[in-house]
Amino acid sequence: MVSPILELTNINKSFGHVQANKNINLKINKGTIHGIIGENGAGKSTLMSIVFGLYQANSGSIKINGKEINLRSPRDSIINGIGMVHQHFMLVENFTVLENIILGFEGETVFGEKLQKAKEDLEKLCQTYNFNIDLDATISDLSVGFRQRVEILKSLYRGAEILILDEPTGVLTPQEVDELFKILRSLKDEGKTIVLITHKLIEIMDLTSEVSVMRQGEMVGHTKTEDTSKEQLAEMMVGRSVLLRVDKKEIRKGETIFKVNNLSVKDDLDITRVKDVNLEICSGEILGIAGVTGNGQTELLEALSGIRKVESGSIELFGEKISDQNNFLNPRMLKEKGLAHVPEDRQRMGLISDFKAHENLIFGYHDQEPYSKSAILNNKEITEYSNKVMQEYDVRPNSPNLITSNFSGGNQQKIILSRELNENPKVLLVGQPTRGVDIGAIEFIHQRLIDMRDKGAAILLASVELDEILSLSDRIIVMFDGKIVGEKENKNVTDRELGLLMAGVA
Amino acid sequence: MEFLSDIASLINSTLRISTPLVFAAMAGIFAERSGVIDFSLEGKMLMAAFVAAVGSYYLGNPWLGLLLAIIVCVCLSMLHGFASVTHKGDQVVSCVAINILIIGLTTALAAAWFGQAGLTPTLNEDQRFLEIHLPFADALRDIPVIGTLYSDILSGHYVFVYLAYLSVPLVFWIVFKTSFGLRLRAVGENPSAVDTAGINVFTMRYKALAINGVLIAFAGAHLSTAVNANFFREMSAGRGYLALAAMIFGKWHPKTALIACLLFGFTDALQIRLQGVELPAIGEIPVQLIQALPYILTVVLLAGFVGKAIAPNAIGQPYIKER
Repeated sequence: MVSPILELTNINKSFGHVQANKNINLKINKGTIHGIIGENGAGKSTLMSIVFGLYQANSGSIKINGKEINLRSPRDSIINGIGMVHQHFMLVENFTVLENIILGFEGETVFGEKLQKAKEDLEKLCQTYNFNIDLDATISDLSVGFRQRVEILKSLYRGAEILILDEPTGVLTPQEVDELFKILRSLKDEGKTIVLITHKLIEIMDLTSEVSVMRQGEMVGHTKTEDTSKEQLAEMMVGRSVLLRVDKKEIRKGETIFKVNNLSVKDDLDITRVKDVNLEICSGEILGIAGVTGNGQTELLEALSGIRKVESGSIELFGEKISDQNNFLNPRMLKEKGLAHVPEDRQRMGLISDFKAHENLIFGYHDQEPYSKSAILNNKEITEYSNKVMQEYDVRPNSPNLITSNFSGGNQQKIILSRELNENPKVLLVGQPTRGVDIGAIEFIHQRLIDMRDKGAAILLASVELDEILSLSDRIIVMFDGKIVGEKENKNVTDRELGLLMAGVA
Repeated sequence: MEFLSDIASLINSTLRISTPLVFAAMAGIFAERSGVIDFSLEGKMLMAAFVAAVGSYYLGNPWLGLLLAIIVCVCLSMLHGFASVTHKGDQVVSCVAINILIIGLTTALAAAWFGQAGLTPTLNEDQRFLEIHLPFADALRDIPVIGTLYSDILSGHYVFVYLAYLSVPLVFWIVFKTSFGLRLRAVGENPSAVDTAGINVFTMRYKALAINGVLIAFAGAHLSTAVNANFFREMSAGRGYLALAAMIFGKWHPKTALIACLLFGFTDALQIRLQGVELPAIGEIPVQLIQALPYILTVVLLAGFVGKAIAPNAIGQPYIKER
């Protein structure tokens, strides 16, 4: 049995009252790609930041090659051969690649010989790993994929034997992901050890040989990747079995309540992004909008929810014209008429991140009874309501006084959903409901949307996740370049068919 | 020939007037490049002027006065750092507090020690810096052009004038050619990147502020122990703010900041010369308008004449490591 290159024993770490890591034990073997998987907020990044010396554990020990070490700062970790590529790159944007890499390890007070030597060494490293990076390029001119390579190169230059990557694929295109995986495999072949933090099951199955699962700050399992499956890992991550497919009753379609006629909408740069769109939604129906990002879905939803001007055409709710190019109802008036909106960018439009959870839970309804009376907020009612609704929607942690930005993406989304759904809207507009949301919460959010539909709401769902569209919608329209290029009943339709429409080929 | 000597004396006074601006702008570059806003240049300059004058008066040596001023200014910078770096307070508020404190403190201390509100005793020749006459200045004066350049422009300044213009290439060299400069610039752009490179963000910012304190002390000492022979109330007269404007106008770069300082110094020198001068066709320009010239220029330049000034990315933001 080989001794592990990295061994963590009983690591504990708290931030205030929140315990991010509880008694974590972890062994990572040399020359492997080891996956650490868990939902958002499970404590993966915190654990690895401790290994990297960025945070200090409250207790526990860290051994490298069997030798216990004390990591007080990233410098200690770097000296001990640990490198980390953070989710948000740690690069100075207006510096060159070379400057970023030598930062902190210049080796000389005044730049001269060592700088030249660093350049030569780096050029060699680039050749070895086929990196193709111009050392004199400024970071801000580089694509995300290249910036990530610079981060990897930086770690290698500083002598990393263990390379930690935190959610490396979140920002990459599929092609860039392929490139990255190629690099990681070749690093492994060189004898480097790689720790991959992710919440994407497919990456674990693809790349790793061993996997550790974290849930709510605890390490809940270790296994060899070949001995497990996606379903099993998902269950370990969430703590119960997860439905990867949604249960849906037969549709009970009512009359048409929402209608869009020949709608055109321009964006902020005065470019027409929605072109002559017609659609109808019946009560008790989910209409899915599929499409690649940036084909007008955003502007369409914004126009329908009253936050963007209609250029031409009209929108009807219950047969009454609510918006055309001359006048339109603002979101507040639309709300009163029974239209709710879950915006696709929850950070920017759905929530005020610096507000407390209970404030966001009632925001928009805060001036109505029982939350306020004669312009004065009724804190008792608000707290009672918040406690109730947070329980009902399983928002974690269940603390209405916590600042909203401290909740994970999934829990933030639940806060918005509860606010919009509890008013029992007749029409619900939803954009990207599960973007950045972990699987446990996805299942919950999907179920809520189905419940609304069964209660008779008309739902318009825009999503770039084809799986989501396919599992929720009763009818699907595909948008390409601002136009509706196809409409299908969701029976026997394949993702391949939709994919061709989305690409504008069919 | 009279025209030439007019120009020479205009340049001469431009160099002199710009001196405190140059020191203050260089001081500002260090603080702000590290990500710490420094509105307190004004207050520190005033404090330095006071301490230098008092120190020199008691100790009988202007260099010792300067040394004291440096110590006090570094302490003030550390205070700013303690409030805004260690305790992550609002940087602008911290600066404003320092400025207000010092206006009151200098006046009150002068009253307590010398019985005159905001005035220190006049320094004698041993207690203040004198103009330095470069060798052969008198002998070379009559040589056309070179003589004027050497004797009337280069020679006859206080030591601070020479130091100020020597500090510019030095600052440039430190900021762009040394590893300290690289870290300094990085910490103002992306402190997380510096932290993950194993460098202490707080230490870096304190170091930058210490240098800031040293440089600003020179500006204050120049005012009270060189150009003037005593300290008087609010003698910095907005130069700290003007220097800050010059630094922003110079895009946080020593060379362009120098040009901006010289421009401000030049308009100031010009307004002194233009006072009471009858211009053909226009007549005498109201003195208030002329005196407002440097400030009008500031507003016009900052209002977009020079394009967008891009500040260090992380300026004004305290570094918070753990969430």
